[in-house]
Amino acid sequence: MEIKNTNHSPIVHDPRLEVEICGVKLHNPIIPASGCFGYGYGMTEFYDIDILGSISFKGTTLEPRYGNPLPRTAECYQGMINSVGLQNPGIHKVISDELPRMREAFHNPIIANISGFSIDEYVECCRLIDREEQVEIIELNVSCPNVHGGGMAFGTCAASVAEVVREVKKVISKPLVVKLSPNVTDIVEIAKAAEKAGADGLCVINTLLGMRINLKTGKPVVANVMGGFSGPAIFPVALRMVWQVSHAVNIPVIGCGGVSTAEDVLEMMMAGARAVEVGTANLINPYACPDIIAALPAAMDKYRIESLTALTK
Amino acid sequence: MNKNQQERYKQHNFTILENRLIARHTWLMRLEGDTSELTAPGQFVNLEVEGCFLRRPISVCDYSDTTLTLLYDTVGKGTERMSEMAAGESINLISGLGNGFWTDIEATAPVLVGGGIGCAPLLALARMLKAEGKAPEVILGFNTAADVVMTDMFAEIEVPCHISTADGSMGVKGFVTDAMRHCAEQGKTFDYFYACGPLPMLRALTTGTDIPGQLSLDERMACGFGICMCCSLETRDGAKRICKDGPVFTKEELIWK
Repeated sequence: MEIKNTNHSPIVHDPRLEVEICGVKLHNPIIPASGCFGYGYGMTEFYDIDILGSISFKGTTLEPRYGNPLPRTAECYQGMINSVGLQNPGIHKVISDELPRMREAFHNPIIANISGFSIDEYVECCRLIDREEQVEIIELNVSCPNVHGGGMAFGTCAASVAEVVREVKKVISKPLVVKLSPNVTDIVEIAKAAEKAGADGLCVINTLLGMRINLKTGKPVVANVMGGFSGPAIFPVALRMVWQVSHAVNIPVIGCGGVSTAEDVLEMMMAGARAVEVGTANLINPYACPDIIAALPAAMDKYRIESLTALTK
Repeated sequence: MNKNQQERYKQHNFTILENRLIARHTWLMRLEGDTSELTAPGQFVNLEVEGCFLRRPISVCDYSDTTLTLLYDTVGKGTERMSEMAAGESINLISGLGNGFWTDIEATAPVLVGGGIGCAPLLALARMLKAEGKAPEVILGFNTAADVVMTDMFAEIEVPCHISTADGSMGVKGFVTDAMRHCAEQGKTFDYFYACGPLPMLRALTTGTDIPGQLSLDERMACGFGICMCCSLETRDGAKRICKDGPVFTKEELIWK
């Protein structure tokens, strides 16, 4: 694939940035979060995406989904709401069309983000993606409503999380990371349930449920009324949950939520994260990830951090 | 980020040359910077506005090798902040977004129809069509005479410009479709249309004419470059991102519900 332009600051490979998550080595901890980077290749017009440690691809379901009606986004203070609704071409098209294009542009480990509305759907999707070369981690999005469980999100109930993890683990060989919803009373309880059921790692956190109202119309801004709140505004919440979860479980945690700078990455890792996902920052600055990677060594020097792995030992 | 961002592919710092009110709520901002990524009229730029988290996607009205003209209505926090900016200030933007209009069409007498701020991208388009030997005419629709913009710009490039206002205070009373009818009554025939404006206008135009055409759509966006799926539209060819696959679509692609 032709890379039109790679005029980001030159990134020198720096062993101080290497991390490991669930036995998968990453040359740096920066992972664009699912839903904020498509299947990666769309970003090659901005930079060479091989500088990224990994990419968590767009949440994929068994069947193709158009998602929610428009408008799907609302602005907030230091953040935004999205109600895209898991728009994706479905697992079969992802395997036949998207993954080959992704592999052409990206040669590092891929994290496959999988969503579902029933246990069977999660199991089938994970079984299919598990066989795919270069997919080295499967990330389970448990924030979808459970159609068999009265529509409540899988991720809000410890027993449902445990059940989906147990069933998925039976059909996969690759590490399973569960991406936890923050919209719960006690995230530690859910995290422990996932660990006990066999999860190999956790990603903390998904978006916070939020909404905005248009003052002129008196109606919600996004057509779906509510949506996922993300961006720098949620960073303190995410950080707190990463801290709580990583101190309560023995499996590695990927920190996610409002990360926009190298300092945020260090803070996340000091809270216990082994790697860090960057989401919304990509949408307002397409160069967010290369900027963070380029800024990490100097930020580490400033705080006398020898290596990133030293932070989480 | 922001102020010290380096010049990069598609992301540039522009300097404001002028920023002035040209109608009741409409401003003209002329900027200087690298416009090399703009390849067609109807593309847009995504501006970073101080105090706003998301960038503001604004359609390009006109451009040269080194300058960019934007028209915008003050409709909210972002555009109000933009209207407070002065010449000499710097603004970071992502340029060359979207596909824009294409002009390699069979037609010779295209009509360019704009509603409100949707008139903006038609200027560069009209100039291009004219340069290619076609005879474009423009129909611009507004609520009232105090909102009317761009008639001077079209006069300058010698493209005939017809006006409609909802209250009849200037031109044909009614909507752009009434002005279209008026043109037809005067014996004018158009063989193609280009349109940009509010959805009800685009719907009325599309369903009210047999000639082929292209329509530029607007939607709330987050990224503006095709990654977040916040502006994804169901078309006859499946889901399309307005920011990346559009914002211009053919009449045949769109589904009117």
